Amino acid sequence: MAADSTGSNTPSRAVFWRDPSKRALIFQFIVFALAAWFVWVIVDNTATNMRNRGVATGFGFLDIQAGFGIIQSLIPYSEASSYGRAFWVGLCNTLLVAIVGIVLATVLGFLVGIARLSPNWLLAKVATVYVETFRNIPLLLQIFFWYSAVLKPLPGPRSLHEAGDQVFFSVNNRGVVMAEPVFGAGFSWVLWALLAALAGTWFIRRWARRRQEKTGQPFPVLLTGLALVFGLPLLAFLLTGMPLHFEPAQMSRFSLRGGVTIIPELIALLLALVVYTAAFIAEIVRAGIQSVSHGQSEAAQALNLSPGQALRLVIIPQALRVIIPPLTSQYLNLTKNSSLATAIAYPDLVSVFAGTVLNQTGQAVEVMAITLAVYLLLSLLTSMFMNWYNHRIRLVER
Amino acid sequence: MTLKNALMTGAALATLIPAMSAQAAGTLDNVKEKGFIQCGVSTGLPGFSAPDDKGNWSGLDVDYCRALSAAVFGDPDKVKYTPLSAKVRFTALQSGEIDILSRNTTWTMSRDTDFGNFVGVMYYDGQGFMIPKALEVSSATELDGAAVCTQTGTTTELNVADFFRSNGLNYTVVAFEKYDEVVAAYDSGRCDVYTTDRSGLAAQLPKMSKPEEHMILPDIISKEPLGPVVRADDAAWEDAARWTLNCLVNAEEMGVTSANVMDMAKSDDPNLQRMLGAEGALGSKIGLPDDFCAQVVAGVGNYGEIYERHVGTSTPINLERGLNALWKDGGILYAPPMR
Repeated sequence: MAADSTGSNTPSRAVFWRDPSKRALIFQFIVFALAAWFVWVIVDNTATNMRNRGVATGFGFLDIQAGFGIIQSLIPYSEASSYGRAFWVGLCNTLLVAIVGIVLATVLGFLVGIARLSPNWLLAKVATVYVETFRNIPLLLQIFFWYSAVLKPLPGPRSLHEAGDQVFFSVNNRGVVMAEPVFGAGFSWVLWALLAALAGTWFIRRWARRRQEKTGQPFPVLLTGLALVFGLPLLAFLLTGMPLHFEPAQMSRFSLRGGVTIIPELIALLLALVVYTAAFIAEIVRAGIQSVSHGQSEAAQALNLSPGQALRLVIIPQALRVIIPPLTSQYLNLTKNSSLATAIAYPDLVSVFAGTVLNQTGQAVEVMAITLAVYLLLSLLTSMFMNWYNHRIRLVER
Repeated sequence: MTLKNALMTGAALATLIPAMSAQAAGTLDNVKEKGFIQCGVSTGLPGFSAPDDKGNWSGLDVDYCRALSAAVFGDPDKVKYTPLSAKVRFTALQSGEIDILSRNTTWTMSRDTDFGNFVGVMYYDGQGFMIPKALEVSSATELDGAAVCTQTGTTTELNVADFFRSNGLNYTVVAFEKYDEVVAAYDSGRCDVYTTDRSGLAAQLPKMSKPEEHMILPDIISKEPLGPVVRADDAAWEDAARWTLNCLVNAEEMGVTSANVMDMAKSDDPNLQRMLGAEGALGSKIGLPDDFCAQVVAGVGNYGEIYERHVGTSTPINLERGLNALWKDGGILYAPPMR
C-alpha cells in the first residue's frame, strides 16, 4: 500500500482520461452499462405490460392437466397428462424427425454427391437433375407435395380390408401399418449376442489394422464383421427357440387397430426434409471430393488401389475436412426446418407446445422462451458434436 | 448533481420508458381517435366471417363489428379486419393488435379470466360430428377407434378428448392449424370423423367434394356459446361492446328493423324512445352517441335480420334459429332491458 501511495504521488502520473488503458476500461463499462440497461428495459417493459393487461406469469402452468390428445407420442401420454408432459412428447417427436432425417439425408447426400462425379454419364446426369430440382423448390411446398399429392390419395383402410381382417402390412392413407413384434422371454440373449458381435468386430478391426501395418497383409474386416453381426444374433435367436412373433393389426369398423403405425404426417415430413437436405449435402460432398487434388487419386491408382479403395482410403478422408463444417450447417438447418411440421399436423415441439399448449394456456412469453431455448440448445449440441468430430478427423501433418 | 439526485433521475427515466410503450388511453378513445375499429375475425368460416372474391368480409361475426362501428361512428363501414387462426387470436387481443375479437370464440371460464372479457353471446352453438354416410354410424357413441380431424387450439380439441375419454372410447386425433386443412384432410379420407361446432359443420358441408355422401350426427357433445371478446382492463370499451350486442337483440324483440328504425324512433313508446335515443341519455353514459342503437339497427339491422342474412334457412348454410331464437319464440336469446 505504501508503495502505491508513493507511486500515485509521482509527478509523471497522467490525468486518468489520458491513460489509454483506463479510458478503454471506462468505455467498456459504458458499453456494458448501456447493454445491461437495454436488456433490463425490454424485460421490465414486457413484465409491466403483462401486469397491466392482467396476464399471469410463471411456469406453474406446466403442471396443469393438458386435456388434449396427441396423435403420436414416443413416451406414455394421455389426455390426463400435464402440459409439461406434452412438452416432452413434442420434443421427442422433433428429435425423432431430426435424428432419422439427419442419418437418411447424410446417406442419400453422400450417394448422390459421389454419383455426380461418376464417370457413368447417365448416373451423373440423374444426380445433377436431382440436386437442381430439389434444392430449388421451397421446402414447405415439398412437404405439401409429399403429404397432399403422394400420401393422401392412397386408398383408405376400409377399401383395402374387410372388418375383422388380420393385417400384417398395409400402406393406406392412415399411414404404414405393420404387425407389432412381440418379444418373448429369452430375446434379451439375441441383444447380448448382437452386442458381443459388435464388440468382436471392433477388436478384429483393431487387430487387422495392426497386422496390416506390421506385415502388409489385409484382412477382410467388413465381411467378417457382417458375418458376426448377423450370424451371432441369428444363432442366439435359433438357440433360444425363436422368442419372437408378430401380432397383426386388426381391421375394425373404421380403421386398423393394433400393430405399429407410422403416420403419414411423419412420412411426408421425413421424405421432404431428407430429399431437400440431401440435395445440399450432395453438393457439399461433391465440393469436398473435388477439393482433393487430382494427384492424390493418381497416386492411389499408381499404388494399384481399386477405385473404391481409392475413394474410401484416400479421397474421402481428405475430403471430410472440407465437408464437415458446411455439413454441420445442413444438420442444423434440417433440425430447425422440422418445425414446418406444424403445416401438416405432425405433432412436433412447435405444433404441440408452441401451438396447442400456448393457445390453451395463453402463456405466450414463457412458452416461446422455452421453445427458443430448446432449439438453441439442440443446435449448440449438434455444433459441439460436429466440431469435436471435425477436430478428430483433421489432417495430421507428419 | 448529487448522487441522490442522479439516482432519482435515473429511476424516473426508467419508469418512463415502460409507461410510454404501455397503452396510453382506453380502447374506446383510441378507436375514436384513429377513426376505425380493428376487428379480429376467422381466416374464413362461411356465415360467420369469410371474405368474398373481392376481399369484402361478411358474416354474423363481421356484422357484429360493423354494428359496433355504427354505434361508435354512426357508420358501419369503419372497420378493418385481421384474419386470425384459432392459435393466435388471444395473443392478438392481449397485445393490442386488435380492438375486439369477433371470431366464433367459445366463452369459457378459463378464457374469461385468462385472456379477456366476453361481452355476451352472439351465437349459441354446440359441438357435433360430421361423418361419411357409408360408415352407417347413427350415434357418436359408436365411434370407438375412429380417427378424428379437428383444429388445434380450440375448445373443440378439448371437448372431443373429454367425450371419448368419458365414454371409454379409443380415438386418434389429427389436429391441423387451419379450417381449410382440417376440411381437406377429412374430405380426402385422412380421418373418419370431422368435429367442430355444428354451425361450422353446416357451413363446411356444402364445400365437401361430394356433399351428399356426408351427414352430421345428431349428438351435441358440448355447450359452445360464441361471443365477442375485449381486453380485461377496459371497462368503457367493454360497456360499448356489450350494449351494442344487447341493442341488436332488444331491437329484434321490440320489432325494430333496419327498414322501420327511423319511424320507430319517433314512436310514443317510452321504451323505444329510450333505446333509440329520442329520450334520456343512455348512450352518452357509455361514451357513445345517444342514438347509437338506432344507428346500429339502421346500419346492420337487428339480430334476426343479421342471422337470416348470413346463416338462416334461406342461405346455403341453412341453420334453424333453434337456441338462437328470442326467449319469446322458444329460444334462449334474452337481453337485459335498456333503461
